[in-house]
Amino acid sequence: MSSDHHKQSFWTKYVFSTDHKIIGIQYGITSLVWLLFGFGLMMIMRYQLAYPESPVPFVGGILGDGGILPSEMYNSLGVMHGTIMIFLGVVPLAFGAFGNYFVPLQIGAIDMAFPKLNATSYWMYFLGSVIMAIGFFVPGGAANSGWTSYPPLADIATTGQTVWLFGMVMLITSSLLGSINILATVIQLRTEGMTWMKLPIFVWTQFITAFLLLLAFPPLEAAGVLQLMDRLAGTSFFMPSGLVVSGEVLTNAGGGSPLLWQHLFWFLAHPEVYVLILPAFGIVTEVIANNTRKPIQGYKSLVYAMIFLGFMSFIVWAHHMYLTGMGTSIGAFFQTTTMIISIPSVVILTALLLSLWGGSIRFNTPMLFALGFLPMFGIGGLTGLPLGLAASDIHLHDTYYVIGHFHYVVAPGTIFALFAGIYYWFPKMTGKRTNEALGKLHFFFSFIFMNGVFMPMFIQGLAGVSRRLWDGGEIYAHAADVLYLNEVMSVSAWLLGLAQLFFIVNMIISLKGKKTGEVNPWGATTLDWTDTTSPPLDHGNFEKVPTVYRGPYEYSVPDAKEDFTPQSEKG
Amino acid sequence: MDIPFTVKNRPDTGLYNGKLGVWLFLASEVMLFGGLFSAYVFLRTGVDTWPVGADILNVPLATLNTMFLISSSVTMVMSWASLKLNDFSKFKLYAGLTLLLACAFLVVKYFEYTAKFDHHLYPSTNNFLGIYFTMTGLHVLHVIGGIIVIFFFWMPGAKMWESDPERFVNRIEIVGLYWHFVDLVWIFLFPVLYLL
Amino acid sequence: MTPEEVKHHIKTYVLVFVALACLTVITVGISYLDLATGPAIILALIVASIKGSLVACYFMHLIDEKVTIYWTLLATVAMFMVLMFLPLGTMLNNTQM
Repeated sequence: MSSDHHKQSFWTKYVFSTDHKIIGIQYGITSLVWLLFGFGLMMIMRYQLAYPESPVPFVGGILGDGGILPSEMYNSLGVMHGTIMIFLGVVPLAFGAFGNYFVPLQIGAIDMAFPKLNATSYWMYFLGSVIMAIGFFVPGGAANSGWTSYPPLADIATTGQTVWLFGMVMLITSSLLGSINILATVIQLRTEGMTWMKLPIFVWTQFITAFLLLLAFPPLEAAGVLQLMDRLAGTSFFMPSGLVVSGEVLTNAGGGSPLLWQHLFWFLAHPEVYVLILPAFGIVTEVIANNTRKPIQGYKSLVYAMIFLGFMSFIVWAHHMYLTGMGTSIGAFFQTTTMIISIPSVVILTALLLSLWGGSIRFNTPMLFALGFLPMFGIGGLTGLPLGLAASDIHLHDTYYVIGHFHYVVAPGTIFALFAGIYYWFPKMTGKRTNEALGKLHFFFSFIFMNGVFMPMFIQGLAGVSRRLWDGGEIYAHAADVLYLNEVMSVSAWLLGLAQLFFIVNMIISLKGKKTGEVNPWGATTLDWTDTTSPPLDHGNFEKVPTVYRGPYEYSVPDAKEDFTPQSEKG
Repeated sequence: MDIPFTVKNRPDTGLYNGKLGVWLFLASEVMLFGGLFSAYVFLRTGVDTWPVGADILNVPLATLNTMFLISSSVTMVMSWASLKLNDFSKFKLYAGLTLLLACAFLVVKYFEYTAKFDHHLYPSTNNFLGIYFTMTGLHVLHVIGGIIVIFFFWMPGAKMWESDPERFVNRIEIVGLYWHFVDLVWIFLFPVLYLL
Repeated sequence: MTPEEVKHHIKTYVLVFVALACLTVITVGISYLDLATGPAIILALIVASIKGSLVACYFMHLIDEKVTIYWTLLATVAMFMVLMFLPLGTMLNNTQM
């Protein structure tokens, strides 16, 4: 693929570009829009939870039924909130946007290994997201059988479920193509001197994430095909014999197993959660090293812990299925592997915390989000332990405790790390600076209200309030004492939404601002900060392709001129 | 600036990008068909009785199909070997044979499927037929995909032999790897569905 | 690869083809023996694995491939085995199906 010296049209330069930086930005903008939309769906749900059967303000008009959110639609919002946040929001942003933009830059490559494939993956993602959106407009509304789509319910659900399945097939394929690209790029296109143990941790996390996606997603695609067959061709892969629905015995052949879906689904969905957290670890590591002005503590431990984590993530999935009646031996097996997998997470968190010790800490916006990530991920991880232990999971499974646990890891966890990444790399992508005051306000209010939304969930869960309840538990006596928390969480959620305005306004005014001309405003050591500011689009990424002479975090090297020494600087 | 190692091998890995890419793709395909094989195993062990494949399906016809596919694998690798020996007309011959054998496979599958439908045997009839149609159906889609790509390099894409021969040979090697994988899947599908 | 090496490979391809054809006949033949399910499955999988290995090693040149590819496939095979066997494990001494 030669650099195009002939004039490119608007369409080939900006829309159907094969340049990894444009594609990264495309992923970034699309995913941020979807994150906002998914957040909006949740804000509607939380109105119903705070004030059951009251008309929802602003959007009540389109809900029908006097503006009150119908229970089926509540279920749809739940499914689409989850699906959109994970598959249209976080992963495309963490992996598609940051991965595409910065992996080639950090390894000293001029683009990804397969640029046309890259463009294809983005447009498949875009198409997949359009298909998902169409679900809202089919009879019966969007999918409403839980984001986990468990049969038999999902098998007999309304048309929206079929649309969801087609959307997932498209999104999974997009993901697979993206993984192949990242893996081949990191293996084949590292510049001279960039050995495996000199890679920035960010690149390691993207690499391992790609492997997880490559091997874990296809079984879900297979399961999706099987569920589509059940729904469209009348097969009974997931339909047990003699199923009775609304008083009528179903006439299909039967002999199927709902558990089969659960196995195939969670075979992906467990590694998926490590897909959600690994890029976050990578971004936080970059930001912490840069803002402590010292090398990361335990580089090798981080690498080996993450490789181990990736491998283990494939053999823990049935901890999502403890209550399905599986045998005691296999339950014990999965409980053991689940306990073991907490170890690398602790190693990683410890390495990052120790990296702060003795550092010259700069409390800029990216660093605040990175620092905020650490305790939030800690809470998320620790609250996972009672869920990973089968005995306590009996009480906590399918309660709000679970929702609290996973949101802590993804929301004030991963999403904070992603914000850190946006604020950190904004100068590189645009050549401009963001407003620090707005950034800090964004952080402080987000931090407070994230905890306001999710901390009470543990309390409700321990009290036994189930998840996916349209009335927020109102109908159950055991929920009475903790019901007031619904309003607390909802108000926090809406204020959290308002707090994002600081971010949106910041982005708009910063993009309108003047270019600063600074190449490396943060004084960073990795290759992405060398050479040009906001790298040019079609002449490769570097004036001169760098050679690597040293590790990725050589900050405060004794006797050095500056407190950072770029990887490409000769010894 | 051109992306390195698209044609020449990278020294430390000994690979060119496309070859690594296709093996990674095949790894994901192993997991895709693996998901379906796993479903087959799970479904079959979950019930007391399971139909005998040979009673419902046509073993001789499928054996013939197996021979078609294996032969197409040989002709595919021969087409690549011909290019390595600089014999473009032999390449065209072997690639053409590959396409012929692949189409023969599809024709047999067409007759198999329609015969089932004529006897009112559908995917919905029971899970054996369900998994049979689904797995062979997905395999057929992969065969069709392979035919399209091989045809492209046999006809319009063959002009790359003039402009960039080394890259063209690599492309054929990559297509060959995909095609052999399609053959490999059938090597397992055939006994599992028809003979057990 | 030199032309001589390629010609040598071609000989191998022909031999492998013959082997595959024979093994196909063998596997179909075994199925007519009416064995019990257990042994039938094991034998069928063994023959299929031999055939598959021949295709992989010689047609796909896996036998002289690079380490990177081997690592990729090792990881894949490991995950494939997990996917095959672990779900079955949940059926052992379980409380309900």
